Amino acid sequence: MSSSNDPLAGVAIHGGGHIPAGVQVYPEPGTSFWSGGGLPYGIPSRKLGMWLFIVSDAITFSAVIFAYGYLRLAAADWPRPFETASIVNATVMTFVLLSSSVAMVLAVRASNLGRRGGTVGWLLATAGGGIVFDILHIREWLGLIHEGVRPFQNPWGTPMFGSAFFAMTGLHMLHVTIGVIYLLIIAMAYSNKKVTEVDVEVSGLYWHFVDLVWMFIFPLVYLLSAKVG
Amino acid sequence: MEHSETAGLKVIFSVLFGLLGLTVCEVVLAYRALPLGTMFTLLMGLSLLKAALIVAYFMHLRYEQPSLFVTLIPAFVFVILMMTVIFADSTRLAHMRSLVQ
Repeated sequence: MSSSNDPLAGVAIHGGGHIPAGVQVYPEPGTSFWSGGGLPYGIPSRKLGMWLFIVSDAITFSAVIFAYGYLRLAAADWPRPFETASIVNATVMTFVLLSSSVAMVLAVRASNLGRRGGTVGWLLATAGGGIVFDILHIREWLGLIHEGVRPFQNPWGTPMFGSAFFAMTGLHMLHVTIGVIYLLIIAMAYSNKKVTEVDVEVSGLYWHFVDLVWMFIFPLVYLLSAKVG
Repeated sequence: MEHSETAGLKVIFSVLFGLLGLTVCEVVLAYRALPLGTMFTLLMGLSLLKAALIVAYFMHLRYEQPSLFVTLIPAFVFVILMMTVIFADSTRLAHMRSLVQ
């Protein structure tokens, strides 16, 4: 859509002023410009809504990550409990999450090409990656709990380690679990033609965000507390 | 909704292998004998690079209208920069503790 065809270019808008020439205002599919159905960012409103949610959730995670980083640098006796087996486990979890993100990209691509079966298949593959991630993570949690780590005590060093570790990884695991449920609902609804490819793309945005957050948690929690030597 | 261009499969898989490669670099880095502050800065720098690749290609922001990027990202970066103000205090605490001991 070119701006020269924009029927609102230069037209007075409510509250004074004009839509500047060159600014593209897309109509909502099936509506006219005059029904208020404009899309200033050129994306559907629910996709913009998901972006705004992601930014707000990213600020929440940033606060948690900054708090963890602060504690990690300030504490002189921060434990380094993660043996090579734990680092390998966390690295595999990273690979699984990154691969599930690519499966999600393929699901969005299949939905844009109108391949309903392929879309559902890739969505299920993405959710499967999330389930594997959760299983590996719970195994890691159980290992630490077995070694005596509790929210306010552990056998090695500063007592804050347990609460910081469980709070940050727990918040992320909650997001992964919600993401798996979300993807399964979208897969079922898309299979039954109750949602569109836009909804598949919006669910993909959420999943990639969950993947992105792990890219910070993995080095901060595991690699900076790896048992070396 | 039309997009003028989208990331092809070749680009997506290149990004995937780039992300996997950066992850391996991080793991190798974790076993090097570096000061904690240096290690923290290097690992977070690599993580920022990985996050940028995910946002640009997987989340498709590179192919959206620039107005979406301008609306979302600068304000978020500003919030993050405000949070970094506290970090100098974390290293000061560690330094003071070493002086007391």
